[in-house]
Amino acid sequence: MSIVLRGITKVYSMGEEKVHALRGVDLTIRRNEFVAIMGSSGSGKSTLMNILGCLDKPSAGTYELAGVRTDSMGAGRLARLRNQEIGFVFQSFELLPRATALANVRLPLVYSPKLWLGATRRAKAALERVGLGDRMGHRPNQLSGGQRQRVAVARALVCEPEILLADEPTGNLDSKTSEEIIALFKELHRAGQTIVIVTHEEDVARHADRIIRLRDGRIVSDHPTRQDPIHADYLRRMAAEAQRAAQEEGVL
Amino acid sequence: MILVRMLLQTAVLALQQLWANKVRAMLTTLGIVIGVSSVVGTVAATEGLRESILAEFNTVGANRVWVFPWRPRGMESRYPPSAIRMNLREADGMLRACPSLARLTPIKQFTAPVSFGDRTIQAVTIAGVRPAWHEIEGRSVIQGREFGPIDEQERRFVCLVNDKAIEELNLDTSPTGRFLLVDGKRFLIVGVVETKSVSPMFGGQEARTEVFIPFATADMLKPEPIFGLYVAAQTRSPELFEDAQAEITFYMRTIRKLRSDEPNTFRVEVIEQYVAQFKRLSGLIAIGAAGIVGISLIVGGIGIMNIMLVSVSERTREIGLRKAVGARPSVILMQFLVEAVVLCLFGAIIGLAVGYLMVLSLTAIPGFPLAKASIPTWAALMSMGFAAFTGIIFGMFPALKAARLNPIDALRHE
Ligand SMILES: Nc1ncnc2c1ncn2[C@@H]1O[C@H](COP(=O)(O)OP(=O)(O)O)[C@@H](O)[C@H]1O
Ligand SMILES: [Mg+2]
Repeated sequence: MSIVLRGITKVYSMGEEKVHALRGVDLTIRRNEFVAIMGSSGSGKSTLMNILGCLDKPSAGTYELAGVRTDSMGAGRLARLRNQEIGFVFQSFELLPRATALANVRLPLVYSPKLWLGATRRAKAALERVGLGDRMGHRPNQLSGGQRQRVAVARALVCEPEILLADEPTGNLDSKTSEEIIALFKELHRAGQTIVIVTHEEDVARHADRIIRLRDGRIVSDHPTRQDPIHADYLRRMAAEAQRAAQEEGVL
Repeated sequence: MILVRMLLQTAVLALQQLWANKVRAMLTTLGIVIGVSSVVGTVAATEGLRESILAEFNTVGANRVWVFPWRPRGMESRYPPSAIRMNLREADGMLRACPSLARLTPIKQFTAPVSFGDRTIQAVTIAGVRPAWHEIEGRSVIQGREFGPIDEQERRFVCLVNDKAIEELNLDTSPTGRFLLVDGKRFLIVGVVETKSVSPMFGGQEARTEVFIPFATADMLKPEPIFGLYVAAQTRSPELFEDAQAEITFYMRTIRKLRSDEPNTFRVEVIEQYVAQFKRLSGLIAIGAAGIVGISLIVGGIGIMNIMLVSVSERTREIGLRKAVGARPSVILMQFLVEAVVLCLFGAIIGLAVGYLMVLSLTAIPGFPLAKASIPTWAALMSMGFAAFTGIIFGMFPALKAARLNPIDALRHE
């Protein structure tokens, strides 16, 4: 299932004032790509992700999912897409506070007539896949940040969507937990999952195949990770630093 | 199948939501509680009253007709008592002239002192009746014998007393065969009839001593026209009461030679007429009760709408999340509708319980004519139905509001 965006713009109007969050985005994401979207705060990353996740509609431009324009779809059809084809991971987790991990993961299945049978079994499997098989009865406030985000990932995966979208999934996590989440994504990617993540951490982005950089609502760079200028620079700097450290050790 | 499961799931969800906000749910449904309890209370009371009144009517005897002399209002000078008084000729001709009547008796009443031994009661109502009276008034003897044709023909000095007379005159428990002094004459007691009294609430009197003698004997003792008579009759079946009324009116007007511009100088009263009147009245009470339901359910419904709106705005993020993971607008709509309905039904059940307690306490009041009051099943079901309907009507607006939310706007809501 491929994603094709053409001339996407998004304008928020706040009274008189208009905010141009996206100013014409053209983008194609193929099956089983692992894409990182980067950019400074306010550059339009979340706006783009929400449009990709069919949570919001662009002001202009077209979005084709598997060759079908989403602007021709009704609310019910879009709901089915969000349920079946797209898994979305939010920066702030968005778990139901009163529900257990298992109930949170089962939530999308409640709205999926096809997958009702064995919903609990499926939800358990999804939790086990993210390594939380022993935390099913815990409520969100009884879990650590990393565990919560893994519950959210399990929820995004439970209907086995083709596309996994994650908006700053490690934004609220420390570096060690971030590593765990990224490792999970890499594993999913190896298993064939199409993944798009938003991040502002180069360390996270380097795991992706491709980096798209946004500035002020426009794509300013779109390269495979190895050819990404900033990333190459970053890698060079990292290598230089490692060399210097080795030399200093040698001096000692 | 899918729909049923969906409904069940939403109902469970709604119950969880209610349970999480118990106190609020109680307060919100107060309107519904008050509405339902007052309505089932009113209906139960009306039905109870109806039961006891209809039972009263049955005591008096269904399909009974009376014909009384009656003076047209405002025309007292034109119709002196002598002009309206009924006589035996009128009474005797009536049965032949009115085919819907099964039997009748003229009744001549007067008051006279009655004594037994050293006991005397000054003013006892003495009624002269024919044997048909037993059947018409539904008063058979509990001791001794009824009046027969011979008593009439021979104008015997025999009498029937009621059990109250036994008590007040200090008679033997089986007084048959003893003599009473009625208006100074010796009467042989041939039987005892039950005291049948209509409760004071419905215009009856306390049970008192009654003495019955054959009509012919009474007529002989009091031949003066001033001792007027009236007629008690019985129709062949209860539905014939209107025919009987028409026939008697026609007969009486003819025999009294009343011109078409003259009013009736007699009155025909029918038990069924009162029954019908009462049924109309209780119908009106029912409509009044329905009015209360309407108003209280609107008030209750506004409370429900208010709390549902609060619930929608409190749970906007949750709605946003549910939509984000694939809940269709129709499912969200259903969830909130089911919640409103569950809330209303919850109120209705509490209302029924409160109403039931009210009815229990009504039936416990001694002497109150509501001993038979109970909540009819239809009233319970109907108030549940109306409560559910209220939930749908007043839950619709908040539910639509929730269903129409854009997922991302709902998620961003604080
Ligand atoms: N709901 C909104 N209403 C108005 N302006 C918004 C809204 N959401 C985002 N914006 C604006 O759009 C721009 C892009 O926002 P966003 O996509 O959230 O950026 P990022 O995720 O890259 O930090 C910002 O200037 C932000 O202030
Ligand atoms: Mg953002």
